[in-house]
Amino acid sequence: MKRKLNTLAQLNIGEYAIIDSFTDKETSIKLMEMGCTPGEKITIDNIAPMGDPIAVSVSGYLLSLRKSEASTMLVHTLL
Amino acid sequence: MAEAPDKNLELLKLKIAIAGNPNSGKSTLFNVLTGLNQKTGNFPGVTVDKHSGSSKLKRKNGSVIMAEFIDLPGTYSLNPKSLDEHVAYNVLCVPNNPDRPDITVVVTDASNLKRSLFLATQVIELQIPVVLVLNMMDLVEEKGMTIDTTLLSTRLGVPIVTLNAREKKGVDALKLLLTETVVPSNKAFITKKNTEDPAQENIERYRIISSLLEGCIKTIGEEKESFSHKLDKILTHRIWGYLIFLFILFIVFQSIFYIAAFPMGWIESAFTGMSEWGSEHLPHTAWAALLINGILAGLSGVIIFIPQIALLFAFISILEDTGYMARVSFIMDKLMRRFGLNGKSVIPLISGVACAVPAIMSTRTIGNWKERMITIMVTPLMSCSARLPVYTLLTSLIIPVGKTWGFFNLQGLILMAMYLIGFIAALGAAWVMKFILRTKEKSYFIMEMPVYRAPLWSNVGYTIYEKVRVFIVDAGKVIIAVSIILWALSSYGPGDSFEKIEKKYQDKEYVLHHSQLEIDNSMASEKLEASYAGHLGKAIEPAIAPLGFDWKIGIALVTSFAAREVFVGTMATIYSVGNTDNTQSIREKMSVEKNAETGEAKFTLAVGLSLMIFYAFAMQCMSTIAVVYRETNSWKWPAIQFLYMGALAWVGSFVVYNIFK
Repeated sequence: MKRKLNTLAQLNIGEYAIIDSFTDKETSIKLMEMGCTPGEKITIDNIAPMGDPIAVSVSGYLLSLRKSEASTMLVHTLL
Repeated sequence: MAEAPDKNLELLKLKIAIAGNPNSGKSTLFNVLTGLNQKTGNFPGVTVDKHSGSSKLKRKNGSVIMAEFIDLPGTYSLNPKSLDEHVAYNVLCVPNNPDRPDITVVVTDASNLKRSLFLATQVIELQIPVVLVLNMMDLVEEKGMTIDTTLLSTRLGVPIVTLNAREKKGVDALKLLLTETVVPSNKAFITKKNTEDPAQENIERYRIISSLLEGCIKTIGEEKESFSHKLDKILTHRIWGYLIFLFILFIVFQSIFYIAAFPMGWIESAFTGMSEWGSEHLPHTAWAALLINGILAGLSGVIIFIPQIALLFAFISILEDTGYMARVSFIMDKLMRRFGLNGKSVIPLISGVACAVPAIMSTRTIGNWKERMITIMVTPLMSCSARLPVYTLLTSLIIPVGKTWGFFNLQGLILMAMYLIGFIAALGAAWVMKFILRTKEKSYFIMEMPVYRAPLWSNVGYTIYEKVRVFIVDAGKVIIAVSIILWALSSYGPGDSFEKIEKKYQDKEYVLHHSQLEIDNSMASEKLEASYAGHLGKAIEPAIAPLGFDWKIGIALVTSFAAREVFVGTMATIYSVGNTDNTQSIREKMSVEKNAETGEAKFTLAVGLSLMIFYAFAMQCMSTIAVVYRETNSWKWPAIQFLYMGALAWVGSFVVYNIFK
């Protein structure tokens, strides 16, 4: 089955995916420190009323990040 | 007898650093360990607060060791990128630094162990003595998890203490452990430091953590939808979220505006009582005058802020402790970001309507340096309560009572417009600064949304105590010094000018025809004119004449620096009204004041509006300046603030005066 790559920013509330890779090095280091490592499951928990930022469940806790930061994270959804 | 053991204590002083993630309960543990034996300083060279405190630890054999705890800034890693991380890194990693600890306690959120161990393993790898604390064990139970601490301790090579700092469970066990010899772990998790590719190292570290935790954590039962998740649905809802936030702001604002007014009234009357007693009972010497009008007035100017600071920080501490503040940032971030601000800037800005002093102190919760600086720089533009008496006096002077504009009372409308102008100016200034301020620090919003918890009242108490103390000690010095200078400026004049005035009013003929009150009032007025402040007012007249101000207003501008509401009192003295409480009579005197050149009324609509705009924009508040100095740890920022707000005030007044002239 072919894996489909999206950015995290493209997902909707309730959708989940597996972290694949990052497009921005600096942001990726910060995100990985916070537990967003490749292979980890990530779920969109909440989106702020104005559409930005978003809150995600990852590594067993809730993390909030801006859309611009989420768009540097590539995820694959298991179709 | 009593002194001998104390000397032994000095010899056995242990230095213990407390490290951990933000929201790990690190500060709660620090408070529990040290109680009120805390002090705040700065880490050398940076503006990060250094909280340290001492505590006596009892050994198994009954002897006592003195321990000094340092609460390190909360960080997620030891990669020194942000200022906070740099401080933690320096204390733990740089040999020979004065704060280098004997033991490091790493506090982790046990319900979130995987992420917590990222920092913990980094600290353990430094080969320094480490004690690992698994905090929030109550949450672990709630989640239906069990942790095999013996196995984890063996794998990490460090002793582990499980505790719940909120309920003080397990703290004694930790204290006892700290008195014993702690040896560095012999485990190295990342064998080859990959400095070339920190991303690869992060991935490797999490892989190792996963294998360390394997078999250590067992989850019984399935995780159901948590309480936090349900609450988030309401508190970050697109309608309810904002309504609830608005309601909370309303409560906070009402409290610091109205509730604080009662204790502030008591403080004021206590000081008035003291100075009245002083002027009656103390000999009429220069020293007594300095004590009463300089020092006592300065002291009251410091203490008067305590109720507002205490109330605001009670609220902020509760909002932080419960986890709600993170949600405020979450729902406000997009809106505030446009102006270079942060979601957390909302609280300081709104609090600024009551008083900029506690508002600026509350910007500490903004993690990003640039966003915090911008918030500090624009908060004094919000119309604070000290401007209200000035606005009230001036609107009543230029707008007849009861005059309406359409359906609206014009006086009320102007007052509202002044608040609006302040708010718009603050946002505008923030927007401009967004492009001017440069920082190497990238603006991140990557932060943990902590689970909701009940506020811990002891933490609220510590926060209030801490903030009030810091304000009195650091800002208080500046405020008292400036008060004394202002007092000297307005009570002394060059040469023998004061003696001449006194002689004039001792003239028998004059005394016979005037009441004592009249003599006192006109003498005070003439003395103020002859004082250094009076000369200063006259000296700045050319600069403020284009705004429609004369030297009398100039004097008021100078003395207003103590606090803006002093404007009313100074006007009362200049127009020799005497009783400052009676605004009615000040208004009457001011309304009959004639313009020397045109012979018409001095306080026209143009002058009144121009003066109000000046008070809306100018940085005439030494307390705010003192607090900005304290919060930025440099005179550069208050100086920039003073200049830009002064420029804004001058230009704004100039434009308004010329439009309405």
